[in-house]
Amino acid sequence: MSFCDIIKRYPRQQVMEQIAAASGAEVERALARERITINDLPLLLSPAALPYLEQMAQKANRITKMRFGNIVQLYTPMYLSNECSNGCKYCGFNASNRIPRTTLTLEEIKHEAQLIHDYGFRSILLLTGEHPKLADNKYLVAAVEAIKPLFASISIEVYPMETAGYAQMVAAGVDGLTVYQETYDRQLYAELHPYGKKSDYDWRLQAPDRAGAAGLRRIGIGALLGLGEFASEAFYTGLHAWYLARTYWRSQVSVSFPRIRPANGGFEPLHHISDKQLAQMVCAMRLLIPDAGLFLSTRESAELRDGLMPLGITHMSAGSCTAPGGHSHKEESTEQFTIDDDRTPEQISAVIRAKGFEAVWKDWDSAFLNADVG
Amino acid sequence: MDQLIIANRPFRSRLMVGTGKFASNLEMAETIAASGAEIVTVALRRVNIDDSHDDLLNHIDRDKYLLLPNTSGARDADEAIRLARLARAAGCEPWVKLEVTPDPYYLLPDPIETLKATEVLVKDGFTVLPYINADPVLAKHLQEAGAATVMPLGAPIGTNKGIKTRDNIAIIIEQASVPVVVDAGLGAPSHAAEAMEMGADAVMVNTAISVAGDTRMMAAAFAQAVMAGRQAYLAGLGQEQHQASASSPLTGFLRD
Repeated sequence: MSFCDIIKRYPRQQVMEQIAAASGAEVERALARERITINDLPLLLSPAALPYLEQMAQKANRITKMRFGNIVQLYTPMYLSNECSNGCKYCGFNASNRIPRTTLTLEEIKHEAQLIHDYGFRSILLLTGEHPKLADNKYLVAAVEAIKPLFASISIEVYPMETAGYAQMVAAGVDGLTVYQETYDRQLYAELHPYGKKSDYDWRLQAPDRAGAAGLRRIGIGALLGLGEFASEAFYTGLHAWYLARTYWRSQVSVSFPRIRPANGGFEPLHHISDKQLAQMVCAMRLLIPDAGLFLSTRESAELRDGLMPLGITHMSAGSCTAPGGHSHKEESTEQFTIDDDRTPEQISAVIRAKGFEAVWKDWDSAFLNADVG
Repeated sequence: MDQLIIANRPFRSRLMVGTGKFASNLEMAETIAASGAEIVTVALRRVNIDDSHDDLLNHIDRDKYLLLPNTSGARDADEAIRLARLARAAGCEPWVKLEVTPDPYYLLPDPIETLKATEVLVKDGFTVLPYINADPVLAKHLQEAGAATVMPLGAPIGTNKGIKTRDNIAIIIEQASVPVVVDAGLGAPSHAAEAMEMGADAVMVNTAISVAGDTRMMAAAFAQAVMAGRQAYLAGLGQEQHQASASSPLTGFLRD
């Protein structure tokens, strides 16, 4: 049993009809419940729910305060490699794009990690493209081991691995995984991923299952917003998170809300996702899974990020750079996409405090995973 | 059609009944018929499972009912496993309601031995329905071990107290990926309806029916309560209001 079996029970056509048929009265009923169920999710993501966005936000705010308190956790991404053999049409690292390609050496990784550490970060997210030779499991293990002394929590957002590969990462000291399905629409997925290992929809869809089986403590998912139709993509993201939370109950599930940003290759979003829809999705995910981590990255503007913070966001990136080695060499343009919120980590943590939240830099310790300690 | 599905087997009725404590086997058979139940539990210690002349067993039509042997009386995993295998060897379907109750007073289930027995019996090909305290983490472990349902107690068996473990049962229902059957302690049809309104997949009742003044009428009353509770759950209850108190708007800054 994997999510591939679950998603079949919710045919796209049926889900879209449910969303279209939702009424205000049904939305009100769902919002009156103490806990919403998976069957309420299409209602809360429907156009009929938009007039109730303020009620959803108040409820999401209350639940988040109860479960997480007034905190926002900060992390930053670190790109290790932009080598890639995939042809994802929306991505700056697309193998067909003629851009300078880099894979950081261990020395460069340590240097970059030290800079990130010096900003104050103790949670780091390591990213690569998908290149089986230049950045493989062995390379990642070496990178993790090299930076482990500097960070309390190390997550990865890389190519999907076998269960054994994820287990290897856990053993090396990785506690979190992020893997976006990009779009849950199988047909659209095929069009957007014409070649490369990533063209295998099911292999990617089951990656969180394999990570859960390997015992990763945190599993993050998301759809790249702007590819597929909004409400159905949001529904399948919620369904996926809901399934993972039930099945891999020792792991914390998190959801990200990445909206497409300008990137090399000039891909235009296929659907416009409004700020209100983004907020609607954030609130719906919070109501569905009170304990889920909800991530908002520097893809979004400073104003929007600050405003969405009380609606249920628990994790924010800061000081991000989407090019390998970008903290050491700021001038080079090999980034995956252009960020929007370019405030420094100090500026962001000051805003977080001003809004009445605590900026949390460390919420994990490598001692949990390290059998040698003690 | 709203069906209860356990281990890929569909059932129309969401009420399971027991066969203990009846004044006579005839009364038991008629009461079971009145309950509309399709799953009927029988304590292996009460019957001669391999005796084709056993009077209790002969009163249960196995073409009509799934006879679900229970291991009541087992004090540890080994005893429960032995009983389950005995029943299968005697021709019962490989289904077992797993009860491991070392404490003879409240008959509370032993979580550690229950988990052990579930692991062994699932590997051995059984469909295992474990009786447990309303412990959500234990429910998770059992689900992972391959249990076909979890059967948390509403109150200690035979007490008729209703759903005293309500908050924990709500968590189990929220998190379970197998059917949740509320077992033990349901003393009145209203208790059964409450469990079903909460979203339980089924309930199991014995004492409240078997010791009623009119067992047949009580069985029918439970059947109706289970249906009413299920329908109310599916219809979407008009909930107590959990609306936000007015506070400063959180969404005013958002653009379309």
